[in-house]
Parts: sequence; structure tokens; C-alpha cells
Amino acid sequence: MEKENVIVVNNMYKSFKHNDILKGISLTLQKGENLGVVGKSGIGKSVLIKCIVRLIEPDRGEVDVLGTNILKCNDIELNEIRKKVGYLFQGGALYDSMSVRENLLFPIRRTQFVDKMHDAQELIEGSLRSVGLIDAIDKMPSELSGGMKKRIALARTLILKPDIILYDEPTTGLDAVTSGEISELIIKIREEYNTASIIITHDMKCAKIATDSIKIMKDGRFLEQGTYDQLSRSEEKEIRDYFI
Amino acid sequence: MARIKISVIKQRLKGRLKVKEETRNFYNGIFIDLGELILFTGKVIRQFFQPPFEFRELIKHSFLLGNKSLALVGVTGFIMGLVLTMQMNPILTDFGAQTLLPGVIAVSMIRELGPVITGLICAGKLSSGIGAEIAAMTVTEQIDAMEVSGSRPLSFVVASRVLATTLVVPVLVIFADAFSLLGAFLAVNIFESMPFTLFINLSFSMLDFVDLLPATLKTVFFGFFIGLIGCYKGYTAGRGTESVGHAANTAVVASSLTIFVIDLIFVLITSIL
Ligand SMILES: Nc1ncnc2c1ncn2[C@@H]1O[C@H](COP(=O)(O)OP(=O)(O)OP(=O)(O)O)[C@@H](O)[C@H]1O
Ligand SMILES: [Mg+2]
Repeated sequence: MEKENVIVVNNMYKSFKHNDILKGISLTLQKGENLGVVGKSGIGKSVLIKCIVRLIEPDRGEVDVLGTNILKCNDIELNEIRKKVGYLFQGGALYDSMSVRENLLFPIRRTQFVDKMHDAQELIEGSLRSVGLIDAIDKMPSELSGGMKKRIALARTLILKPDIILYDEPTTGLDAVTSGEISELIIKIREEYNTASIIITHDMKCAKIATDSIKIMKDGRFLEQGTYDQLSRSEEKEIRDYFI
Repeated sequence: MARIKISVIKQRLKGRLKVKEETRNFYNGIFIDLGELILFTGKVIRQFFQPPFEFRELIKHSFLLGNKSLALVGVTGFIMGLVLTMQMNPILTDFGAQTLLPGVIAVSMIRELGPVITGLICAGKLSSGIGAEIAAMTVTEQIDAMEVSGSRPLSFVVASRVLATTLVVPVLVIFADAFSLLGAFLAVNIFESMPFTLFINLSFSMLDFVDLLPATLKTVFFGFFIGLIGCYKGYTAGRGTESVGHAANTAVVASSLTIFVIDLIFVLITSIL
């Protein structure tokens, strides 16, 4: 069976002033696929996924998300696409003037995802339970630890049941046990909702558990793609080095 | 020796070129800013007509912003009225036109000083506050997070604040005007005793409805631009923490200037009509 492409990036370029970050990046993501992206810090991984949701405007290239060219569509179409794409920010990006409950309620309310308040509360509690933080429901973000913030942010990303999820380092700043749990959760979400994801990570355990294949990013391009096992046993030392 | 001199001159030239470039960037920046601000305004105004509307946010911000400046605006108005009266009194007494005093004060306060001074205070307090708050949200990617979840931050964060200042600033101006008349009343009573009703009658004797309408209308514009510029500066803030301070700073400068420009435009229009 031919698989459906949910993200197609073709030959994308992006530079800031005189700083070339992306130099002809191409990738395709299929329905139900978990694609890992690894690369050195500051290489442009976050910029790449920001370009995919057009938080950053690429200089050149094509980006198709769920069959729509998002660089050519208008604001309303773009908004509809974005509702179907979940984005976990590297720093969490919790709304710090709102409690955890309000943080999760916010996207539901603003996108009118469910009509009834009762359903919304159920969604919120379910989502918090899946990241194991139901007790924090009435806390403010300032009262949470860094790892807790990350997990709340993940819960908020999941709440709109997106078709695609872009994870920007889902496990950094977490202990080994919790990051293992998050990696398992990523797999569970994929199985439950058949989501496709791009997972940026430095955590090799997460890469091993949660991804189907991994791309290595270097100098604004992808160096190599393969499964965790293939890449970690690569002939080239340069590639193996990413997996130590 | 000669070589050293040349290199020194080169260095100096380089420095001067850099200053030149920075100046050019500054002026280019203003025009780019202006263009972007117009686009931004269009987007914000469009949000006013797109549901879901955030009445709760609007009321919350109106209350918070109004509350923040009420005392300051009141005290400033009171002192302005008092001081202005004490300064004008001897001049008008020389001409034997003492009974005109309340009217003169009322005209200058309600037509010009009340709106402009309140506008400037709000530019300093509200515009910078809004700028810093939204810039902090931008820097910590909260605005981006709203954007990518399709939650339209322009409506939730920006439109509600712009509407709030548009509502609140005119109210604050009326408040300042009232307090300035109180101050004037007190000052008049230092020189001679005058009953309050007579004072009020004299004050409004020189004011027409046509005075009040443009004076109030321009405060609506003041409010709109104070909110808008604060939001714009916050929304377009850069990436580092220092851009929070920068946003607050530039918001004050730009909105204060805008207030004078709007004031000028209104005076020109009303003097032509
Ligand atoms: N909005 C921006 N304006 C200017 N430069 C930017 C912007 N966003 C990112 N950069 C620059 O792009 C480069 C790549 O940044 P990016 O955040 O994508 O790195 P990264 O690969 O995600 O690194 P890390 O693993 O540390 O998160 C950095 O040098 C950064 O300074
Ligand atoms: Mg990053």
C-alpha cells in the first residue's frame, strides 16, 4: 500500500543576515512515521521545524503540509493547517499568566475544538494523566520544575489530537526514567492516533525507542538517513560519533 | 610613522562609515516600521470582527490598565489645574478679567492639556507595560505557541489590549479633566471665595459642544495608538531578553510622538472646519 505523505519539504533555504542556516533541505514524512533529526547544537534543527509551520519564513523552497503548500496559502488556510499540527517547543513555552488547566484549555477554547465545557475538562484530565502530572492541574507554570513544564507542554501539544507532531527535544532536561517514559509515550501516541512526527533529539535512548529512521543534519543539509541500528553501526566514524 | 598614521586614519574612517551606516539603518528602520505598523494595524482591525471574541480579556485588561493609571492621572490633573490657575490669576487680574479665569482654565485643560498630558502618561505607563509584557511572551515563544496551535494570538493578546486602551484612555482623560477643575476651584478659592456652582457655570460658559466632541474623539485615537504601538513593539521584539527592555522603551517613544502628531492633526482639522 502506498503511504500518504503528510510533510514534503523540497530544497528549502534559510539564512539570517549573513548566516546561512538551511542550504537546500529536503525531507518527506509519511503518515504514521516517526522521523528523528539529530545534529550539533546550533545547526538549525529548530529553524527547520519552525519553517515547516511557517513560524519562520523560508527564503526559498517548497513546504507541503497535509497536501497544502503552506508558503502560498492565506492566513485562514494556514490557521486550519496549524490546528492539525502539534508543536512541542524546546523551552516548553507555557503561558505563564495561566494555570496549567488554563494552559490546556486555551487551545481548546480558541479553536473551538469541543463545544462542551465538560468534554474539555475530560480532555484536559486525560492529557495530563498521560504525562503523569494530573496533580499539577491547578498549579501556575512558575511553580513547576523544568521537566514538569516540558511534560505539561507536551500535554498541551497532544490535546488537539494533531495529525502531525513536531517535537523539539522532548526529553532534554528530564531524568532517564522520565525521558524513557516520554519516549514510550511518543510511540503510544503514534499507535493510538496514527500521527506522524518529527523528533529532534540529542537523547540517543529516545532516538532508539521512538524513531523509525533518523536523519543527521550538518552544514544546512542532511548528511545521512537510516535506522538507529544502521547509523550507529555505520562505517564512517563521523556518523557513528553522533550515536555515542 | 607614516604607516601608523594611515592606519589610524583608516580606522577613523571606518568608524565614521559605521556611524553613517547605522544612521541610515535607523532611518530605513523608521520607514520599514511604519509600513509594517500599517499592515499590523490592518490585521488587528480584522481581528475585531472574527469570533471567538474575548470579552473577559477585554474587561480584565480594561480594569487592570485603568486601575494602573487612575491615581497618577488624577493627581497630575489636579496639580495641573491648580498650578495653571495660580499662574494665570495675576495676568487676568491685571486686565481686570478675573471672572474669565475658570473659563480659560477649563478651555485649556479640556481642549488640550488634559488629553495630551493624560495621553503622555498613558504612553509612558500603559504602552511600555504592554510592550514589555508582550515582548516577554514573544521571547519565551508563548506567542509562537499560540500561533502554531491556531489560537490566533493577534486576537486574544493584541486586539483585546488595543480595545481596552481605546476604551480606557478617554475615561482617564475625563477623569483628569474633572480633577483639574477641582484643582482650579481650589486655587481660585485661595485668591477669593467663589461658590462651586458659580465656578462650574463660569468654567463651562466658554465651552461649546463642538469643543468637547473633537477633544473626546482624539482621546479615542490616543488610546487606540497607545495600545497598538505597545502591542506592535512587543509582537515584533527580537530574541534576547534585552529586547523586552528595548520594546518597552521604543513603545514609549513612538507612542508619545504619535500622540503629538494626532493632536496636531486634530487641531488642524478643527481649525479648518
Ligand atoms: N529568528 C532568528 N534570527 C536570527 N538567527 C536565528 C533565529 N533563529 C535561529 N537563529 C540562528 O540559527 C542558528 C540555528 O538555530 P537553531 O535554534 O535552529 O539551532 P538548533 O539546531 O535547534 O540547536 P539546539 O540543539 O541547541 O537547539 C543559530 O545560530 C541561531 O543563532
Ligand atoms: Mg533547537
